Amino acid sequence: MSILVNKDTKVIVQGLTGKTGTFHTEQALGYYGTKMVGGVHPKKGGESWSSGVDGTALPIFTSVAEARERTGADATVIYVPPAGAADAIIEAIEAEVPFITCITEGIPVMDMVRVKARLDRSKSRLLGPNCPGILTPEECKIGIMPGSIFRKGSVGIVSRSGTLTYEAVFQTSNEGLGQTTAVGIGGDPVKGTEFIDVLEMFLADDATTSIIMIGEIGGSAEEDAAQFLKDEAKKGRSKPMAGFIAGRTAPKGRTMGHAGAVVSGGKGDAESKIAAMESAGIKVSPSPARLGKTLVEVLKG
Amino acid sequence: MNIHEYQAKALLKGYGAPVAEGVAILKADEAEAAAKSLPGPLYVVKSQIHAGGRGKGKFKELGPDAKGGVRLAFSIDEAKAHAKEMLGNTLVTAQTGEAGKQVNRLYIEDGADIARELYCSLLVDRSVGRVAFVVSTEGGMDIEAVAHDTPEKIQTIAIDPEAGVTAADIAAISKALELDGAAGEDAKSLFPLLYKAFNEKDMALLEINPLIVMKDGHLRVLDAKMSFDGNALFRHDDVKALRDETEEDAKEIEASKWDLAYVALDGNIGCMVNGAGLAMATMDIIKLYGKEPANFCDVGGGAGKEKVAAAFKIITADPKVEGILVNIFGGIMRCDVIAEGVVAAVQEVGLKVPLVVRLEGTNVELGKKILNESGLAITAADDLDDAAKKIVAAIEA
Repeated sequence: MSILVNKDTKVIVQGLTGKTGTFHTEQALGYYGTKMVGGVHPKKGGESWSSGVDGTALPIFTSVAEARERTGADATVIYVPPAGAADAIIEAIEAEVPFITCITEGIPVMDMVRVKARLDRSKSRLLGPNCPGILTPEECKIGIMPGSIFRKGSVGIVSRSGTLTYEAVFQTSNEGLGQTTAVGIGGDPVKGTEFIDVLEMFLADDATTSIIMIGEIGGSAEEDAAQFLKDEAKKGRSKPMAGFIAGRTAPKGRTMGHAGAVVSGGKGDAESKIAAMESAGIKVSPSPARLGKTLVEVLKG
Repeated sequence: MNIHEYQAKALLKGYGAPVAEGVAILKADEAEAAAKSLPGPLYVVKSQIHAGGRGKGKFKELGPDAKGGVRLAFSIDEAKAHAKEMLGNTLVTAQTGEAGKQVNRLYIEDGADIARELYCSLLVDRSVGRVAFVVSTEGGMDIEAVAHDTPEKIQTIAIDPEAGVTAADIAAISKALELDGAAGEDAKSLFPLLYKAFNEKDMALLEINPLIVMKDGHLRVLDAKMSFDGNALFRHDDVKALRDETEEDAKEIEASKWDLAYVALDGNIGCMVNGAGLAMATMDIIKLYGKEPANFCDVGGGAGKEKVAAAFKIITADPKVEGILVNIFGGIMRCDVIAEGVVAAVQEVGLKVPLVVRLEGTNVELGKKILNESGLAITAADDLDDAAKKIVAAIEA
């Protein structure tokens, strides 16, 4: 099993015709034949896109609604540049796409406040923005994660950081554990899917027998997730977990690349997050290079 | 992006907020005319730097008994004397670090009769994804200390973006701040206009500390700290024009021209990484092996070879840097692009310090091939741990 996406997930692409959209759609098609079924461009409807790798052609539709109707897509991935990305997400929400992934980095926060209000009244789930996407090994790749480092297995991975997701994937593959699904929730302060949402799905997924959670400085999502895990553990729901928090050495008050990664107002520092995670039974690795080994140690008990 | 207090106040005044009259000056001999243009007889002379704690701050050059970075003046002559003493000197506050910041601008403002000092800020509350007012009756002091010692004295009121600031919101904020009479009436226009300004200008933070109730019962914005969402500056040329580059690190300015996420730090290992999380983790692992990073640098996902080369040049230009660690886990970023950028930069500016490169992910083989065939003195690393060990060993050698 896996969470959110599998071999049957049909994906359309908003921003397919751009350089980034094209490259990553080619990669997705090449990853165990992820079911990419079409693209959206307001002015290029009726045309078609073809992969520079193997010539696979995909139809382009004028709107998400049309694309969804014609292809039966149940997921969309957004590579639209920042200024138009919020509107692209809202279009997908209005077309009632069940699962929306937004890769775009650099969307103004106030735009995401607007998106969030719209999202809260909808049935769609948004992953991101400013995230690497989601990948279920040997089944479906949505977004920009490098498929070559994955291996089908038992670890559920959830992370605020894209490249640290890859570290966790790479290391669990090297340890022979492999992954059920890896989910990058993204580094922006206002986003669609939080740790708690993903942790709930991993706890409910039988194939996921252990979890890696990677947080970073800023906000209190890690503390909230730790509280959630404690509450669930009291109900008898828990799985072995390892974790990491990036930004132990970051100076206060400076935004570290991700719009959400800033220690401000005495909140969101690494130490309090590590303490919260440890208190919820997560073994937090001091080194980002020891995520896989730390999880193996937890599993050995 | 941060702006100065006087700029923030002018912006708020444009929205109709009650702020004192004031004049910004760059030279001491402008102080007299500035003060004369104000009602008097009380003036406040305020250092304009991008850091808080100015009132309690001390000027490096003036000795421990001299007054701080925000001073009262009871006459025009006194305002002139303060201006002369403050301008050009270095103010050290709790937020500037030991180096302090040179005061290049002063703001001379009309004094106010203060009855009560309150705290009011607006920010995006990420737990609910909405703009929120954070308010407290304990204004005029370090809000972090209030949050630590008496958290019950701070209240957060989140605003529904589709409804805006409602009468109920105003009532809740007014109740939290114990506003009544004239102040209660002022609140009805002040809080909605602050929210409007925050939204329209894509602010990241608007902090009014203190917001005062004057002896005549009215509200006034006595101090204002404003920062803006860097991702939204593309639609605010007016805000961009307020940027004061003398407040920023030269390397950070150069980096911002290339749209690089770069933060200058105090250590001696330069880092170039893709992804903010991995960039922070790379700093963390350097520290774990006993050294300090010279910078945070995330080249991002969509960088081309030129941007990578620019990042590399900014890092090598830092005289503190004794070694460089390039750590790339390619996803959206392709290892071959990184390799080409590094090679191009080294060929242009040379390489005087050890360089350790760790490549993994998209197009990794191609990237490694480019580095190998370049003939440059680059130490390859297998993984993050190996890379950190190798760069630390290299600068200790």
